[in-house]
Amino acid sequence: MSSPEATTYLAALRQAMAEVLAADERVFLLGEDVEDPFGGAFKATKGLSTAFPGRVRNAPISEDAIAGAAVGAALDGGRPIIEFQFADFAICGFNQLANHAATTFWRTGKPCPLVARLPCGGTPGGGPFHCQMPEGWLTAHPGLVVVAPGTVQDAYELLRAAVACDDPVIYLEHKHLYYHLRDPGFSAGGPLLPLHRAAVRRSGRDCTVVTYSAMVQGALAAAEGLALEGIDTEVIDLRCLKPLDTETILESLARTGRLVVASEGWPYGSVASEVITQVCAEGFHLLDAPPRRVAARNTPIPFHPALWSAHRPDANAIQEAVRGLVNF
Amino acid sequence: MDQPIEPAPCDAVAHLQWMLRARLLEERLSSLYRQGRIPGSVFTGRGQEALSAAIGMQLRPGDIFAPLIRDMAGRLAFGLPAIEAARTYLGRITGHMRGRDGNVHHGLVDQGMLPMISHLGAMAAPCVGILLKRKITGALVAGDQCVAVVCIGEGGMQTGAMHEAINLAAVERLPLVVVAANNGYAYSTPSHQNFVCRDLVDRALGYGLRGWSCDATDCRAAWQTVAQALAAARSGDGPQLISARLLRLAGHGEHDDAAYIDPALKAAAVDCLDQGRQLVLDQGLLDQAELAALHTTIKTEIDAAVDQALGEADPVASDESWQIFADPILAAGAGAQA
Repeated sequence: MSSPEATTYLAALRQAMAEVLAADERVFLLGEDVEDPFGGAFKATKGLSTAFPGRVRNAPISEDAIAGAAVGAALDGGRPIIEFQFADFAICGFNQLANHAATTFWRTGKPCPLVARLPCGGTPGGGPFHCQMPEGWLTAHPGLVVVAPGTVQDAYELLRAAVACDDPVIYLEHKHLYYHLRDPGFSAGGPLLPLHRAAVRRSGRDCTVVTYSAMVQGALAAAEGLALEGIDTEVIDLRCLKPLDTETILESLARTGRLVVASEGWPYGSVASEVITQVCAEGFHLLDAPPRRVAARNTPIPFHPALWSAHRPDANAIQEAVRGLVNF
Repeated sequence: MDQPIEPAPCDAVAHLQWMLRARLLEERLSSLYRQGRIPGSVFTGRGQEALSAAIGMQLRPGDIFAPLIRDMAGRLAFGLPAIEAARTYLGRITGHMRGRDGNVHHGLVDQGMLPMISHLGAMAAPCVGILLKRKITGALVAGDQCVAVVCIGEGGMQTGAMHEAINLAAVERLPLVVVAANNGYAYSTPSHQNFVCRDLVDRALGYGLRGWSCDATDCRAAWQTVAQALAAARSGDGPQLISARLLRLAGHGEHDDAAYIDPALKAAAVDCLDQGRQLVLDQGLLDQAELAALHTTIKTEIDAAVDQALGEADPVASDESWQIFADPILAAGAGAQA
């Protein structure tokens, strides 16, 4: 998407990990295959176990124990980062995330600051068990913060902010963006940004597309196409899926009056449905047309690239939804 | 590995006192439950106090303790004030859990006693995580390590969570002590429907760690086994697995009449508290009158604690903050409904 020299999404999140490991002795990293020379299934941790001996550790194939170990380390004053090899496998650690990490502060008054990195989202050929978007079930549980960077800069900013956060943070990193998304303007070392604020990625007057993760790029591409048709689309990147920045969404709808929520996740019980519910409850008077949801099909994720492409929404699906609302 | 270990000596009177405190506290709590004054249920460690107290008494500041449902004796001996247990059962706003959680779900996080969640096996991995974090930060002192003890039953030993955590501890060679109290029944399910190996201690071999087995209705055996396993873990011998045989002398909770327990087992059951009393008499440490006085003293102390908790306030829903985030930025600005 830019010059090969530009920083990749993967390099940005690796740089964030290197910085927090260097800056904060409470931070360590635990996951499957994360140590050098392998450096992680996606190379996210490449070089880190060499640079920080003993603090980046391979774990057995034990997602529940990895997540549970992070809960303990957090309660003992640590700032653990855990890597699930694929977001799909975080389901095997769900008990520790949902019942333990998420409930601890509420129950005991003691913070449980951990960061769980989940490589999520679709790539062709990944199939039903290596492509899932887990935000639906993770955002359902009170106590978890869920972030989903959709830009290279946010891959860096949100990981730093996640480690600084006193609550358990689920960090959804999109596998397709690892190498495909590059930013020549990436800059490191700025002040910590709040992790719970949405960002307006493109301003427009006619319709608001609320989205996150890899669909941010799809929504921006859709908006460029729609502009040629005279439709001016605003694109909001949620960045943080829980808590939701409803304020930024409502401000946008006050300008556009039309809402499309686009997500690679499944439709049922989803972040998209939650956004629409909150908008209908608090901003119904702002709407000129019924909100639309653009989501993945309600089946497991197919293996074959031809089926996979048809399963997940793309820029065309977003454009179709926006046109439908503008012509409502 | 497997060198003989001289157990720390047991103060039989102190051991008995912690057992008795737990028994009398739980009897009082059970009575309140039957009066309808405790929501949910009451879960007792009747018959398991010797083992539990031996753990709590032998842990030191800096150690980690993850007690389970039947570990009131260990909790008290580790440092939990009896009134805290009563407050949590009653759901009082004055308790650590402030009515947000109840019954046996309480701990002393800052002192290293983890507040359990209900999911069996789930407390083992956090113990491993604490030890791993301390290993990484250089806080495990060679030859005299802090330890983490996680308590589990023979039912909970069948979870994947226990397997993963024990194995991770073994791989990292951490001073984790797993105490598996085989009390014969996982709720209503007898042990033979939970596992078929001869003794749960046999699993130690499979994990590459040292195992210990004892009759935990015997106060001295329970004490010595815990002492030896703790000493081995402290010395750097890696994780230890204790398989402790005993019988639950109560239902799963006070709502459960335990009619499913084999009458022959019930008839042959040994109450560790009776055994502990006999021990101090036989050793001439206390006479009958002193034993009776001890009972009265502890009963008075427990009743005072429970009575105080009874007089304290319940949570009021309109005063509840419903605040889910610890982070000050999120707590201040993220929106209540979000």
